[in-house]
Amino acid sequence: MPLLRETGEAVADAWTILPDDRPVPAGGAVVVSLKRWREERETLAGRDAPLGVLLPSGALASDVAPDLQRLGLIALDFPKFRDGRGFTVARELRERFGYTGEIRATGHVIADQFPLLVRCGVSTVQVPDTAKLDQWQAALGTLTIAYQKAVAGEELPLSLRRFKVA
Amino acid sequence: MTSSTGPVGLYQYDAVDREFVHERVEQFRGQVERRLAGDLTEDEFKPLRLMNGLYLQLHAYMLRIAVPYGVLSSTQMRRLAHIGRVHDKGYGHFTTRQNLQFNWIKLAETPDILGELADVNMHAIQTSGNCIRNVTTDQFCGAAADEVIDPRVYAEILRQWSTNHPEFSFLPRKFKIAISGSPADRAAVKVHDIGLLAKRNAEDEVGFEVWVGGGLGRSPFVAKKARDWVPEADGLAYLEAILRVYNQFGRRDNMYKARIKILVHELGIEKFLTHVDAEFARIRGPKFALDPELVAAIQARFAPPPLADLPGHCPEFEAAKASDPAFARWVATNTVAHKAPGYICATLSLKPIGGIPGDATSEQMEAVADLADRYSFGEIRVAHEQNLVLAHVRKDALHALWTELKAHDLATPNIGLVSDIIACPGLDYCALANARAIPIAQGISERFADLDRQLAIGDLSINISGCINACGHHHVANIGILGVDKKGVEFYQITVGGNAGIDAAIGDIVGPALPAEEVPAAIEALVNVYLHYRKDGERFIDTLGRIGIQPFKETLYAAAA
Ligand code: HEM
Ligand code: SF4
Repeated sequence: MPLLRETGEAVADAWTILPDDRPVPAGGAVVVSLKRWREERETLAGRDAPLGVLLPSGALASDVAPDLQRLGLIALDFPKFRDGRGFTVARELRERFGYTGEIRATGHVIADQFPLLVRCGVSTVQVPDTAKLDQWQAALGTLTIAYQKAVAGEELPLSLRRFKVA
Repeated sequence: MTSSTGPVGLYQYDAVDREFVHERVEQFRGQVERRLAGDLTEDEFKPLRLMNGLYLQLHAYMLRIAVPYGVLSSTQMRRLAHIGRVHDKGYGHFTTRQNLQFNWIKLAETPDILGELADVNMHAIQTSGNCIRNVTTDQFCGAAADEVIDPRVYAEILRQWSTNHPEFSFLPRKFKIAISGSPADRAAVKVHDIGLLAKRNAEDEVGFEVWVGGGLGRSPFVAKKARDWVPEADGLAYLEAILRVYNQFGRRDNMYKARIKILVHELGIEKFLTHVDAEFARIRGPKFALDPELVAAIQARFAPPPLADLPGHCPEFEAAKASDPAFARWVATNTVAHKAPGYICATLSLKPIGGIPGDATSEQMEAVADLADRYSFGEIRVAHEQNLVLAHVRKDALHALWTELKAHDLATPNIGLVSDIIACPGLDYCALANARAIPIAQGISERFADLDRQLAIGDLSINISGCINACGHHHVANIGILGVDKKGVEFYQITVGGNAGIDAAIGDIVGPALPAEEVPAAIEALVNVYLHYRKDGERFIDTLGRIGIQPFKETLYAAAA
C-alpha cells in the first residue's frame, strides 16, 4: 500500500506491521499491536532495532505515553473513516506528550481527511492500493486557509488567526 | 457583499474569509466529481455532502444554508430569494436552527448554488454532519434592552474556531452550541450540547457560564452546569477540553447513544467533568488563551448601526397606538424593547393563520430585504422560533413598517401566542418522519384563528415534531406534539410543561397518542383547562405548575373519548 508523507510525496515504507501471530524478527523496523507491546514489553524493548506500536481505535495517547522514548513510530488505526478518535490521539501525542517520532494513519481514511490529519500531527498516511495519488496530493492544497494553528510549530494563540497553509 | 456595500451590525468578511468560502465550494465541486466518477463511495461521500449541508430527502435533495448566529443582510436575503426562485419552487423554509432550508434541490446544481451563495459570503458549511454545527444565538443580539453582552462576537469567534476544525470534524455525532448574552436566554442554551451564558462579573470582566449535555431527540436532557464562570480568555480552551473528552469517550457503537448528553449521563456529570478539568488544566494558559486583541478586532467588525440620537418617548408612536388598536395589538405581541431610546425590535411572523410555519416565498424574502433596507439598516435576523426580525426600527417609523408588512402577510400579531407554532418538516418532506407535522400546525392555527382569543390565552408555546428526533423541539414546548406511527397510521403524543428558556424543562406525556383529526380539539381542551383554573396573570405554564397535570389528563381523555 502506498505511503504518503505530510507533504503528499509517496515514500518507501521502512516498517512492517506485524500481525500478532507472527514471530518478531530480530532485526528490521516492526510495528506490533498495543496488546503485544503490553504482553511482551521486556523482550521487545530489549530488541536492537526500531519498534513501533499500532494503537487500535479507542486507545488513548496516554496508553503509550511512558514508552514514547522507545517508540520510533505510532500507527493509529482508523477502522472506519468516520471514526475520528485518531485525530485527538495524534494531537495529544504531539501536544501533550511531546512525541517527535512518526505518527502514521492506517486503515480507512479518505483523501479529504489528509490535510486534517497532518494538521493534527500525523506524519504519514497509508492509502489504499487503488487510491489516485493525485487526488490525495490535491486534497492538501484545496483549502489554503485554516482558522486554527496546526499542531506542528505552534507558538501563537490557539485560534482566530487565519493561516495560509498551502 | 463587499465592505463598502455591507450593512452595519453584520460581521464583515474580509478577503481571507471570502477566499476560504470560495475554496470550500471548489472542494465540494471536486468531491461531487469524484463521487460521480466512482472515486468516492456513497458511504464516503455522504459525510462530505452533509458537511456542506446537503441531505437526501423523500423527494429531492435538501440544502441547508447557514445563517451564522441568525443574522443576514438584505443582499444575502435577496440572494436566497433568487435561489428559491431558480433552484427551488419559489420559497424557502426558515428553521429552528436559524438556518434556511431549500427542499427541492438537484444534486448537480448544488456546486453552482454554493457558488452563488459564496458570492454573498454565504455557505452551507457545517450545517450538517458529525461536526460542530452552526452556532445559534438570541435573535435580538446586539439590540435587546436586557442584553448584558453581545453574543454575536463570541458566536463569530466560535464560528471561526470550529470551521474545518482539524480535530473535531469526525465526532461521534453532531455537536450544537448555543450562546446567549442576556439573562432571559432566548437561545434555548440548556437544550444544546454546549450552552453558553455570557455574563459579567463584579469586576466587569466577561466570562461564560457553561452548560453541557443538553439535547432533545429520543432521550431528552436538560443540560447540566459545567462551570459557573470560565473567563473569556479561557473560553476556547474549555470548549476544546469538552470536545476532546467527547471525541475520545463518546459512544460510537450506536448512533442513538452517540450525543454528548449520553456520555454525560452515563459517566455522570462529576466524572465527566473530572476528565474535562484534567484536560482543561493541561491546555489552558497563554498558548491557548483567547487574545483580547482578537476579541477587540472581532468586536470592531460588528460595527453598531448609526442609530439616531432620539428621545425615549415617541409621541407619533404613542398616537398611532392610541388611534389604531390593530397596530397596538401587533406592537404588544411582536416587538421587544431596544437598548437605544426611540428604537424597537420588530418580529415578522412567518406563522400566518393556517400557513406553514417558517415558510417564506421568494417575494416575501425580497419584500423583507427592501423593508430591512428602509427600516433597519439592511439587516435581518432569523429567530429559532422560525420568524424573522428587524432589530433596529425607529419607533416613529413602526406604524409605516407595520402597514407595509401587512401587505406581504408578514404582520400576524401572534408572536409567543398559541398560533406561533414551531413545526419540523415532518412527513411532507422528511425521510425519517413517522407523521406529518405541518398539517397539524395548520389545523391548530385555524382552530385558534381568532386573534383576540389568542391574546386572551396569552403566552403559550406549541411545538410539533414528526418523529422522536425532535427537530421541532416538542419536548420543550408548553404543549408538545410528537408524531408516532401506530401500525402505519399517524398518531400524536401530547406533552405538557416543557420550557425552552432559562428554567428549561422537558414536558410530561399527558396520555395515549391521539389520531390526527382529534389533535386540534385536544389542544383546545387543554387550553380550556388552563383558562378555567388560571389565576390573575398566570401563564399556561404557571397554572400547570400550580395545579399539576391531572386536570389536563382527565379533561383530555374525557374530551377525546
Ligand atoms: C428534513 C430533514 C431532517 C432530518 C433528516 C433531520 C435529522 C435529525 C436527526 C436524526 C436528529 C436526532 C439527532 C440525535 O438526537 O442524535 C435531529 C435532531 C434535531 N434536528 Fe433535525 N433533521 C431534519 C430537519 C431539521 C429541521 C428542519 C430542523 C430545524 C432547523 C432541525 C433541527 C434539529 C434540532 C433542533 C434537533 C433536536 C435537538 C438536538 O439536536 O438534540 N432538523 N434531526
Ligand atoms: S423530527 Fe423527525 S420528522 Fe421532523 S424533521 Fe426531524 S427527523 Fe424529520
